[in-house]
Amino acid sequence: MANEVCFRTLHLDEPWSLEAYESVGGYSALKKIVAGELGYEKIIDELKLSALRGRGGAGFPTGLKWSFMPRNMPGQKYVVCNSDEGEPGTFKDRDILRFNPHQLIEGMIIAGYVMNATVGYNYMRGEFYEPFERMEKALQEARDRNYLGEKILGSDICFELHNHMGAGAYICGEETALIESLEGKKGQPRFKPPFPANYGVFGRPTNVNNTESYASVPVILENSGQWFLDLGKPNNGGTKIFSVSGHVANPGNFEIGLGTSFKDLLAMAGGMLGGKKLKAVIPGGSSSPILPAETMMQLTMDYDAIGKAGSMLGSGAVIVLDETTCMVNLAAITAHFYYEESCGQCTPCREGTGWMSRVIHRILNGQGRADDLDNLDRVASNIMGRTICALGDAAAMPIKGFLKHYRHEFEYMIEHKRSIVAE
Amino acid sequence: MTDLSYDHKQHLKTLLPEPAINEIDHWIKKYPPERKRPPIIAALKVVQEHNGNYLTEELMQAVGEYLDVPQIAVFEVATFYSMFHLDKVGKHVISVCNNISCSLRGADNVIEQLQNRLNIKLGETTDDGLYTIKTVECMAACGGAPMLEVDKVYFENLTEEKVDQILSDIAALEIAKQKKPADLSAEVKK
Repeated sequence: MANEVCFRTLHLDEPWSLEAYESVGGYSALKKIVAGELGYEKIIDELKLSALRGRGGAGFPTGLKWSFMPRNMPGQKYVVCNSDEGEPGTFKDRDILRFNPHQLIEGMIIAGYVMNATVGYNYMRGEFYEPFERMEKALQEARDRNYLGEKILGSDICFELHNHMGAGAYICGEETALIESLEGKKGQPRFKPPFPANYGVFGRPTNVNNTESYASVPVILENSGQWFLDLGKPNNGGTKIFSVSGHVANPGNFEIGLGTSFKDLLAMAGGMLGGKKLKAVIPGGSSSPILPAETMMQLTMDYDAIGKAGSMLGSGAVIVLDETTCMVNLAAITAHFYYEESCGQCTPCREGTGWMSRVIHRILNGQGRADDLDNLDRVASNIMGRTICALGDAAAMPIKGFLKHYRHEFEYMIEHKRSIVAE
Repeated sequence: MTDLSYDHKQHLKTLLPEPAINEIDHWIKKYPPERKRPPIIAALKVVQEHNGNYLTEELMQAVGEYLDVPQIAVFEVATFYSMFHLDKVGKHVISVCNNISCSLRGADNVIEQLQNRLNIKLGETTDDGLYTIKTVECMAACGGAPMLEVDKVYFENLTEEKVDQILSDIAALEIAKQKKPADLSAEVKK
């Protein structure tokens, strides 16, 4: 039960080629649509049944999101892919773009058909030159076969897809910031509502999904919503790509069923690096609160289980930490990241991320004060829920997580001016 | 009446070679014609690449004129996104990730090694103008941590030997380039 969905071409030579993709059944869902065997209502029903949830981090049901698009509204509508992968620990979309670009393309064409949109943009982060080249080549192959373009395969469906590139800004992974950036502006998030489905790119209805979400769609339609659901567990359908990094012997991407135990995932990644002891795990990218080893070893990897344990599955970025990890240091890196990447629009986030970063670095440099930890917790609480977008929460949650589970390490460092973790 | 007509595209054309202009035009075509701003990022990237990795005020102004957008719109983009350099940098920018996963796998050693070999600190450029080293946030290659990027190419699973190899490869290419111009990014990618 591995590599069945987004990575289903991985075992082939040149898995990114059109031939490889077609050999595993690629573009057959599109052909069914063209033949009139698969209508847009049926597609949305299958997606809802599949329990596919947004793979970018929010976990919002994809079928429901697609149903929000006003398909009968006159004028242009847009299908946008969020390939602005940048949540620390996450490296799955880069591999979909590099190794199975056609599946993303087909997923977006299908979205275009369902939403009655004829233009799509794939927004890739600015550093993705290699994935960009793969995608450009794949788009050309798809155009040459008339999978893209006017009157696709002789039908009335038209869809053109463009690659767009950013230039280095984590915030552009937030969908309204991405839209601003796509429009050629600073990536500063918009107020919601209106949601992109009503007011998106160029003020037109827009659907934004993550790379992995779109790329899952063709396989769901080739098989069935039920088939996909059964790969995972109820309310957590399908397989998911877990990006495992940190202190494991074989870091990498693992596409496995949602609901697989963390224990099994850790084993797939070769176990702990150097046989050291597991201390904790950041289960869903740097904005998800850290969970101690004892908790993680009991958990299954799915939205509901990780959520219930007080963290989130997020983008599926699993950062494994061994016993030598200093939590104050990790908190400092995390706080600095959000300080660096705050767009500066909302005061609680712009100022709060800076305060958190400075206080943690002060502790790290042996200048911690007795009331620093209460202040940290207070600042984090005051950011949460008081910003336009989720970056504020994403900055505050992990810090609260570090304090909740490893407060003693911070206290030790404030008192002794060195880490509790012996080198 | 005084003729005030002005070919707003001319300025950039005098500053860039034709293929670069064609590349910008290729990006312009991706967006609705009435929308002028969407190609700003792409145009600035093309311009920066042709100007030794950094932007000047004149170039930003010329991009604004070429795309027919206000200067401030270009300046806002150039200052917001981290891939744009507004000060002179080295011919090759070495960006080292020091976010969580890379730090766990020894990013600090990579940074230390680069500083020692090139004899510069983070954010500085070597005297010969060839190298700048800087740290960057997560580049979505954590499975290959620690990693760095030189110009457009990722290098993953770094070891001390690998970092030395990268530096000597660039140096060798620079020497070869003095004899015969070649596209570094294509060659380094191998």
